[in-house]
Amino acid sequence: MEAQSSREAIRLVPGAELPAQTFRVTRADLVRYAGASGDFNPIHWSDRVATAVGLPGVIAHGMFTMALAGRAVTSWAGDPGAIVEYGVRFTKPVVVPDDDDGAEVVVSGVVRGVTDGVAQLELTVTSGGEKVLAQARARVRLR
Amino acid sequence: MALDPSFVGRNGPPTGPYVVGREKIIEFASAIGADDPAYRDPAAAALLGYPDVIAPPTFPVVVGKPANDALIHDPALGVDYSRVVHGDQRIAYTRPVRAGDRLVCASTVEEIMSRGGHDFLTTRVEISTEAGEAVATVWSRLVVRGDG
Repeated sequence: MEAQSSREAIRLVPGAELPAQTFRVTRADLVRYAGASGDFNPIHWSDRVATAVGLPGVIAHGMFTMALAGRAVTSWAGDPGAIVEYGVRFTKPVVVPDDDDGAEVVVSGVVRGVTDGVAQLELTVTSGGEKVLAQARARVRLR
Repeated sequence: MALDPSFVGRNGPPTGPYVVGREKIIEFASAIGADDPAYRDPAAAALLGYPDVIAPPTFPVVVGKPANDALIHDPALGVDYSRVVHGDQRIAYTRPVRAGDRLVCASTVEEIMSRGGHDFLTTRVEISTEAGEAVATVWSRLVVRGDG
């Protein structure tokens, strides 16, 4: 998938706004992620199964959405290994239609504070204008 | 509630070693669209001080999945998978997982509770190297939806 984002690291200081990054998710991405993660739950690839359990259709793995938001965090930090803690609550599923456009996930955030060289980030993660993650927080060690 | 509360504190069977491969890290990074060279090129990882390519931040959940599955799929626990929704996920890291790591996982049922007609099951998987170095801890909370 593609991300539109600033590739420059942001200065992680208290109050810093973290510029939004947009990720596109297609059905093909979910197939690849199922293979890579070992999560073959059919709600992530079968409309028949997804609708049978009451979902609108195939949804992205929650962990896939968490991984995308993690990409935003490491991008803002400018360091792929800087995360020391990362947690989310899954609030709404990301429904991924079976077409060429797929779904969009938008990740933004703010630096809540910096303590002993570790920045606390609070993330806002939406898809289709709705929050898909809540309590999404990451702590990032600053070099 | 449907879940057996005596399972709190129950340990799952220890698993491992999970041998972390460079190609698996590259596959996972590609699947999530993470193109940082540290996830695929050992020279780039070395510039950041890592002995080999490092895995993206959610990779510990992949490593811990077999141990977590063995714990929660115990039929005596009573989880009805048709009602399960992934609620929360949290990871704490001592360091990034990297290619060459030989990892073992110790899983525990941390909490079982009931609220609003739903059951909540929290598990913890502690991931360390075979040599005993702590690497990451993964907490997962599943919601087992109640009726209505």
